[in-house]
Amino acid sequence: MSLRRYRQADWDEPLIFELGMEGRVGFAVPSLEPELVDAVDDITELVPAGMLRTRPANLPEVSEIQVLRHYIHLSQANYGVNSGLIYPLGSCTMKYNPVINEVLAGHPKITEIHPDQDDASVQGTLEFLYRLNEGFLEVTGMEDASLQPAAGAHGEYLGILLIRAYHAERGELETRREIIIPDSAHGTNPASAVMAGFKTVEVPSIEDGGVDLEALRSVVGPQTAGLMLTNPNTLGIFDSNIHKIADIVHEIGGLMYYDGANLNAVMGKCRPGDMGFDIVHVNLHKTFSTPHGGGGPGAGPVGVKALLADFLPVPTVEESDGVYRLSWDRPKTVGKIHGYHGNVNVMLKAYTYMLTLGGEGLKEASELSVLNSNYIAQKLKDVKGYSLPYGEGKWRMHEAVLSASKMNEETGVRALNISKKLLDYGIHAPTTYFPLIVPEALMIEPTETEPLEALDEFIEAMKMISELAYSDPEEVLKAPTNTTIGRLDEVRASHPKTICLSWGTYCKLPL
Amino acid sequence: MSKPHPYLPNSVPEIKERMMEEIGISSIDELYSDIPDKLKFRGELDVPGPYSEAELKNEVSGTLEKNWGLRCPPFLGGGVWPHYVPAVVDEIVSRAEFLTSYTPYQPEITQGMLQSIFEYQSLVCELLGMEVSNASVYDWATGLGEAARMASRLTRKTTILFSTLISPNRLSVMKAYTEPAGITTVQVDYDKTTGQLDLEDLKEKMDDKTAAVYIENPSYLGFVEEGVEAIAEVAHDSKALFIVGVDPISLGLLKPPGEYDADIVIGEGQPLGNHMNYGGPLLGLFACRNEPKMIRQMPGRIIGLTETLEGSKRAFAMALQTREQHIRREKATSNICSNQALCALASAVYLSLMGPKGIRELAEVVASRARYAMRRIGELPGVRAPVFNSFHFKEFTVKFRTKSVNEAHLGLLDRSIHGGKSLVKEFPELEETALYCVTEMHTKRDIDRLVSVLGEVLEG
Repeated sequence: MSLRRYRQADWDEPLIFELGMEGRVGFAVPSLEPELVDAVDDITELVPAGMLRTRPANLPEVSEIQVLRHYIHLSQANYGVNSGLIYPLGSCTMKYNPVINEVLAGHPKITEIHPDQDDASVQGTLEFLYRLNEGFLEVTGMEDASLQPAAGAHGEYLGILLIRAYHAERGELETRREIIIPDSAHGTNPASAVMAGFKTVEVPSIEDGGVDLEALRSVVGPQTAGLMLTNPNTLGIFDSNIHKIADIVHEIGGLMYYDGANLNAVMGKCRPGDMGFDIVHVNLHKTFSTPHGGGGPGAGPVGVKALLADFLPVPTVEESDGVYRLSWDRPKTVGKIHGYHGNVNVMLKAYTYMLTLGGEGLKEASELSVLNSNYIAQKLKDVKGYSLPYGEGKWRMHEAVLSASKMNEETGVRALNISKKLLDYGIHAPTTYFPLIVPEALMIEPTETEPLEALDEFIEAMKMISELAYSDPEEVLKAPTNTTIGRLDEVRASHPKTICLSWGTYCKLPL
Repeated sequence: MSKPHPYLPNSVPEIKERMMEEIGISSIDELYSDIPDKLKFRGELDVPGPYSEAELKNEVSGTLEKNWGLRCPPFLGGGVWPHYVPAVVDEIVSRAEFLTSYTPYQPEITQGMLQSIFEYQSLVCELLGMEVSNASVYDWATGLGEAARMASRLTRKTTILFSTLISPNRLSVMKAYTEPAGITTVQVDYDKTTGQLDLEDLKEKMDDKTAAVYIENPSYLGFVEEGVEAIAEVAHDSKALFIVGVDPISLGLLKPPGEYDADIVIGEGQPLGNHMNYGGPLLGLFACRNEPKMIRQMPGRIIGLTETLEGSKRAFAMALQTREQHIRREKATSNICSNQALCALASAVYLSLMGPKGIRELAEVVASRARYAMRRIGELPGVRAPVFNSFHFKEFTVKFRTKSVNEAHLGLLDRSIHGGKSLVKEFPELEETALYCVTEMHTKRDIDRLVSVLGEVLEG
């Protein structure tokens, strides 16, 4: 197989502020009817003294085609899973974002609905939210849920607030100050716990990547509020001791939080609720195929066991006799976590995805995601310079973490360089340097939507990079050269003397 | 599954078997051998499907069609508003290269999104009159929560004073963000005639624990807060910050908070090119002054301008990542690890299309239509609009003396018109009052019809 000679577009595109000429407009504002003009006074005369804008906003003056071309040019200097080749970004589950989901999510009967509309007028929206919720509970094995969180981290924050409310009600919040988190956890876990007022306690991983039970026993106690865990963990390994972990935490009165970032491995195979978790968040933008949008919007619904249901945010969607309504009746609620009902348009895409696969298809999706990742791991683990640390002989789940530390020692080529060289072949880089416990980590998650040919192309590229690293390392170190720009100065972007965060400051820089 | 699925290219039995053979297994379940038997899920998940695309389209459109068609956009605002979204905006945000990309962690191959977000930050700064904006947060409400925490970190003080007439939903979210951090929130009275913040009450409540004063402008009830310079002064005299929440459309017409000494400006970016979508996704605007101390305490992602290592070509990258959770873990300024990138992109396109004249014209059109509606409704017998004697932008209160808010609402709904939001539960002291909103989407005919139907309902 020959690798592609990829070339990303480079339009040398100016900033939108550098385009345009005075007087141009890109949009015609609908005018006032003459009768209406006659009926009201000049509005600028009515604005209170001192509150009228006197200096116009310094926005660009561009016509419609200039705006359109500008942003299309910029889109061509970007890389998406639907437009790219393979996007094996570990922990991010970059699966195909189905087109039909976008079509349905553009239906005016969802886009043009105001969140404060009368329940009777939005039965369609409430119905799909209710059904999505039911599917979510089925897949996770939980008993009640909130769809309000707008992202995974947002769901985590809500989850920790629920832990807080639970202990507060039992009069134990003063003593239960600690959340236990494995050292392989996502960075959001400790950040969320601390944001909700807890201290974090780290527990180490053992050689197979699982939680060290002895270490766990030594840190739990009356001060423990709960434990946050993702299973399969960030090494892509399923922790077989999960029920023992849950027992240890439950015995001392703590709660179990499931970070659903890795749920894509186990749909229909096992459920967080059955593993002993009390709280779950799921990233709809990972497992349920909704697009990441360049960094958002996502959605991070949270499921709970019955013991936490009273604390869920309001409102929730309830149904009786086929009529749906929003219920605000949860006296012990933690309140609201989002201004409205969460990212409803994103939820529609998750709903349509669920229906497109059905129960059977969701299971097959998980199975194939695991098959794809093991296929890559098996083909690459013995290639010169790479290794598959932790969990010797164990199958991986939906992702596998390779280490390039041997290559680094022997050739000076680092995980970073490997990822940049992949870009030159038109392949997106894996997640690098995560989890922190693996040196020179390359975290690879192909997902189930990649055809065998794409997996082979990725494997071929990784082999080629290994060959180059040992024969002509410079060739790897200078990558990327086929992308819109080459390596950039990231220090400059943050240095106090050179930092520039807006066009306004750019204009003031001594250039 | 009985046949290959279009989303699952390796679900073809021969391909699957070939792959299994390559890695030396005879059944997929071998890969799941680490899951203890007693934890394995038996049987099939009870999830409907699989649907073919044609079936899906029928099924889901059928569900959505149950939402009522209204004669014109609802007269609802309060934090999400029916504004027109230009076609170019939807065209750009549906480009697969943007839509289906991840966070731009590999800047060389994602300059498009990085530059777009830099432009978004810059455009928002120009509109708000501020110097630094982040790449956005989830929505206005969570932005308020983050702003309150940021103010507390910066001042090392623990009380937030807020105007009583802010949105109760946003207040609830602020509390969910502040209480765990040991921050208390205290409300400041308003003038019963004008709705304006009671400056004397504010002065009385300021003390050495006050981290910030928060107002919304225009207020949740639609009137413009006029004493902003005085409020800023009171806050700053006590070394507290001044946080202002805005509807960005209003800033075509109104003085931007940057010109009245706001330290942190937040707001809802939805009206800048994003559809209402039953309240999400939204776009949390978040900006502050250009002070290194403040910027370092800002939550969320920020894109900065830099250059390439070779050739010094202009380039964009994530800046100041050492504040963020993936580097700082438990010491991060916030746990947020995304932004509403696609919504921010929509707003960048929207503001570029509008330009300085467009945004001014739009704000004038909106305010004029609202003024017309407010006057016509206020002329109806048994109705007072607005409740407060102040200048209103696009939302205004309507108080019913002879009927309940709900009776008026149901009467309108019967005729496929959606009236304003009831404030009966949120602000009982205002009695039978609703919050109406008018935008450029409401024609004179729509407004006249609203007024005439409302008249009939009130007579009936």
